[in-house]
Amino acid sequence: MSQEEFPSGGDRFPLTRRSVIEAVQSIDAEERERALEAVCAAYWKPIYKYIRLRWKRPAEEAQDLTQGFFLELLERELLEKFDPKKGRLRTYLRVCVDSMVMNEDKASKRQKRGGTIPHVALDFSGAEEELGATVMDPSAIASPESLEEFFEKEWVRSLFALAVEDLRQLCVECERERTFHLFEAYDLEGNEKISYGQLSKEYGISVTDVTNALAWARREFRKIALERLRELCSSDEEFQREARAAFGWNSK
Amino acid sequence: MKFLTDKALERLRDSAELPDLSGTRYRLLERVARGGMGLVYAAEDEKLQRRVALKVLDIPGTDGELASRLILEARVLARLEHPGIVPVHDVGTLADGRVFYTMKFVEGQRLDKYVATLDSVPDRLRLFLRICDAVGFAHARGVLHRDLKPANIMVGPFGEVLVMDWGLAKILRGIAAGDSHAADPDAAIFEKPNPSSAQTGPTQISVITGHGTVMGTPGYMSPEQARGDVEHLDARSDIFSLGALLHFLLSNHPEKTTAAGAPRLEKPLEAICSKATAAPPAERYPDVQEMALDVSRYLDGLAVGAHRESFLEKTARFYRRYRFFILLIAAYLVMRVTILIFLHR
Repeated sequence: MSQEEFPSGGDRFPLTRRSVIEAVQSIDAEERERALEAVCAAYWKPIYKYIRLRWKRPAEEAQDLTQGFFLELLERELLEKFDPKKGRLRTYLRVCVDSMVMNEDKASKRQKRGGTIPHVALDFSGAEEELGATVMDPSAIASPESLEEFFEKEWVRSLFALAVEDLRQLCVECERERTFHLFEAYDLEGNEKISYGQLSKEYGISVTDVTNALAWARREFRKIALERLRELCSSDEEFQREARAAFGWNSK
Repeated sequence: MKFLTDKALERLRDSAELPDLSGTRYRLLERVARGGMGLVYAAEDEKLQRRVALKVLDIPGTDGELASRLILEARVLARLEHPGIVPVHDVGTLADGRVFYTMKFVEGQRLDKYVATLDSVPDRLRLFLRICDAVGFAHARGVLHRDLKPANIMVGPFGEVLVMDWGLAKILRGIAAGDSHAADPDAAIFEKPNPSSAQTGPTQISVITGHGTVMGTPGYMSPEQARGDVEHLDARSDIFSLGALLHFLLSNHPEKTTAAGAPRLEKPLEAICSKATAAPPAERYPDVQEMALDVSRYLDGLAVGAHRESFLEKTARFYRRYRFFILLIAAYLVMRVTILIFLHR
């Protein structure tokens, strides 16, 4: 692996996809579905965890409510009603969840009527495990501010997890699995003791190659995460605001 | 899908923040500051083997509002070649799509920290005159700074003064003939950097929108700037900030305060500050040179234009200015009188 294998240049941006807010209003059914899938993929987990903690619902009920929420999003065309000038999509969705849970009987009736939610696999058991691993103590998130903070953190976790998965797929496509493993070992495992030197020994490559591989993976991760984020934002201004929130650039 | 722990999130955030300098002549050294638009890193220019400061946006894209501002800031700096204004070396887009520019790496202290090392009022005034020199030069080239405050002034190890952070600058007119980029792109769309955690100054107001919006730092921002009346801003808006800056240099406060322990300024200096920070722009100094001249007059022991002296004040100033000769003559007269008395006995 050498520097030549990790090409870079200033001409790779922007690779932006259309905003989901625009796409849900498209006359093209396929585009509408893709937009809903994008929203569902990024938000189902934060919403599920939020319902579990904020509304203290048991797992099974929270699963129904999460599915019910996305059905409602579809049926009541909630995304089309979102006005970007009034706030962030993230906050809007959270408010919609609150309103739906408060009126949950209605939501469960809708679910019983049946309907199709976007084709996103909702791994509730995985989400439940994650919830168990979440450091945050539910009793410590009683205030609206800490709930907002919790929801934001889970949304960032979901966004980054999707970006990591995209990166993994990209590495497979580019036959750079080793690069992904290095990235995984150094940036995702959270093992502070591991060094570039140790990784170079473990993988039988030079330290420079480890450095280059990690630089490439991080660059691609950042690019993918920002692309996904841009897709979920309706304006440049919202994108900038959300990117700063997601990457913690406001607080540093 | 892999579960990301809080630690992994932090690592991803940290690594995503680093600019991708591949394909450039720069090597990243360390982060030195964060502003509203992005970050400033210390980097090494590997070709010239020198340390530079690299200012980079945190968001990729070359066509956005922030990118335009950063590029404009670099262009403004490139045209203001003055020892008191940090020189820009390079501007471009990194491999990760972020706009950046590099400038001279200034090693020194921010004025709000450095001022504590200056004991005497004349030293502080001489430093202020060097700031006026740089700002006056920019005004002569048709550029307003619009964010003059202690945190944006650096003092180097040899006492050199550098006016920093031209991210809010407003171009009043074309800097060079035939320069299509020099026209004011939007008199109001420059972002105010966020206060860093280390910053102890007043709260800044950040704005990213168009005309009629408020940008600047309370205490240092002129009333017309605070009103968002950006279309009518001229050099006198910066003069207001200079007045507040002078007041800060002399009393550690940008404006007159009744707080306990706040030093009382001498009347001429108080008058200079008051004139510079007058609410109606018409009552302020018409240009920086006029203000600097008044400060120089004070330093030379002359009457300042901003203050009408009473007879007593005039006498006191006359005494201070010619103290040596007055004391010499007085000593001579005392000696003569003593001799005369002695001879008459």
